[in-house]
Amino acid sequence: MIRERYLNLAIMLALLAVPLWAWVSDEPFTITLATRVAILALAGVGLNLALGLGGLVSLGHAAFFGLGGYAMGILAHHAQTYTPLMESPFLIEGTKSMPVIWLVAVLVSALAAFAIGLLSLRTTGVYFIMITLAFGQMFYYFTISWPAYGGEDGLSIYVRNGFPGLNTLDPIQFFGLVYGVLALVLVFSATLARSRFGLALAAARQNEERVRTVGLDAFRLRLMAFTISGAITGLAGALMADLNRFVSPTMFSWHMSGEFIVFIILGGVGRLFGPVVGAGLFIILEHILGGLSEFWMIYLGALLLAVVLFARGGLIGAFSGPEVGHD
Amino acid sequence: MSILLLIEQVLNGLQFGLMLFLMAAGLTLIFGVMGIINLAHGSLYMVGAFAAAGVAGATGSFALGLVAALAAAAMAGAIVEITVIRRLYTRDHLDQVLATFALILIFSEGTRWLFGSFPLFLDVPAALSGAVTLPGGIEYPLYRLAIIVIGLAVAAGLFWLIARTRIGIRIRAGESDREMIAALGVDISRLYTLVFALGAALAGFSGALVGAIQSVQVGMGEPVLILAFVVIVIGGIGSIRGAFVGAILVGLTDTLGRFLLPVLFGFVMDPSAATSVGSALASMLIYILMAAVLLFRPTGLYGRA
Repeated sequence: MIRERYLNLAIMLALLAVPLWAWVSDEPFTITLATRVAILALAGVGLNLALGLGGLVSLGHAAFFGLGGYAMGILAHHAQTYTPLMESPFLIEGTKSMPVIWLVAVLVSALAAFAIGLLSLRTTGVYFIMITLAFGQMFYYFTISWPAYGGEDGLSIYVRNGFPGLNTLDPIQFFGLVYGVLALVLVFSATLARSRFGLALAAARQNEERVRTVGLDAFRLRLMAFTISGAITGLAGALMADLNRFVSPTMFSWHMSGEFIVFIILGGVGRLFGPVVGAGLFIILEHILGGLSEFWMIYLGALLLAVVLFARGGLIGAFSGPEVGHD
Repeated sequence: MSILLLIEQVLNGLQFGLMLFLMAAGLTLIFGVMGIINLAHGSLYMVGAFAAAGVAGATGSFALGLVAALAAAAMAGAIVEITVIRRLYTRDHLDQVLATFALILIFSEGTRWLFGSFPLFLDVPAALSGAVTLPGGIEYPLYRLAIIVIGLAVAAGLFWLIARTRIGIRIRAGESDREMIAALGVDISRLYTLVFALGAALAGFSGALVGAIQSVQVGMGEPVLILAFVVIVIGGIGSIRGAFVGAILVGLTDTLGRFLLPVLFGFVMDPSAATSVGSALASMLIYILMAAVLLFRPTGLYGRA
């Protein structure tokens, strides 16, 4: 068995090596695939805070992914058409600057996660799953029927937004940026899991009564975790929108939420790098199976079923053995 | 806005609600008895619609199509229970979500592979086509009226089955204490297969009935599945009565919201803005209803605390 830490390092290096090799051999499509992996992994890392650490099975994280995407779409749309977002009571203009867009995406999705969490965390178990799913769909149907930003057709952004000091239109530079964000969020996520907050949250997942006995409020811990988790997934949404230069209601679709959970399961629940491996595997499968058959989703479904029924612990679990101290 | 139009929309809402009930009743039974959250319930709805469209298209008989829908969905449900769901009873909800999500992928792509991506059409039977004039001079499609009557009849039958028959007693016993009824000599795994097949048949039946109004296509079950979840959250998990009240409430709120909100906003805005704001808000209305119910009764209207 390999120590999980070394495995994580190898995963991170592999995710860096593949696009660098593609850059050297001039294959921009592979760089784009690697960028997609990194962005989807980021969304999965966000969800994993709620799901892996907090035990909150949210089937509505596409809501935050979509909100982040539309934060980018709406701001950049106003900037490219030179129309202000709002004129009264004060002037708000669109922007093409990534840091500003990221900040807005994080704030908007954190706010939405806080509001949804406030309502749905009153319940547990299967209620929580259904309610997060329903609220996620609410955003989906709202974007479809709201005509101002493209409705069902979505919004196209013609030029990728800028980041100071980088040429974001160059695939390898944009990948580097996304990779940096992913690395920072992974460090943040690891620190959070080891902090007093993270320990209390994990304890609330394992035994809520004991957590209450020592005077901690499990609801608050979960609400906090859900909010941070939503914010990270929102950031991933903004990056995905910039990768595609396009946002549409499908970002809000509940299949998206399902796929985020799939990344976590394929990689291993509660593992820091689980979503990174899962997202990588998902994209590789999509690429290989998609080349074999138009109906590749059948194979994906069968594989997923096999992993759930027979191979618990995911890919990282298969290589590094059962996690120490995990329930 | 005339009062006749309003009554017509109320009837539409009722019809929508009853079809939602058929979906939600199966889901809530399966959850109540077996503790399983089944995301693939929408796929069983789709299986019913495709079976009906296929058989009705080949034989020309709508009634045979309905029988095929019931049989195909019940069979698909029984197979799914025996091969997959049975292994999930002792697992947590996360595993159940994933396994049934995987089933959706398999069902949807499998159907696309068999029938192609183009929607099928299921014609309303000749005997039920056309419109009837209701008291008060309302012209209403006969088929939709028939669906309302069938939906009410199935609901009554289901209540009777649960409350009055031996199987119903076992189902209720299974809900409250599954170990005890196993100890009393009831074959619990057969009971589970039966309940799952019953829920699947209800879903397939409603899929076939709705299939004649809308087009029959891959993915048609998913919007209905999510609405059925909203219904269950509002009504309370495991309660058939809750599913009924919740379904009618959701059906009426959604249909009337889409009809009334643009009109209401029309009083304060210009027509085009009123239509867009009204329809956008109407699409969120049932979720707002769900949030309101959650605030006051986190376990739903008829849920056990």
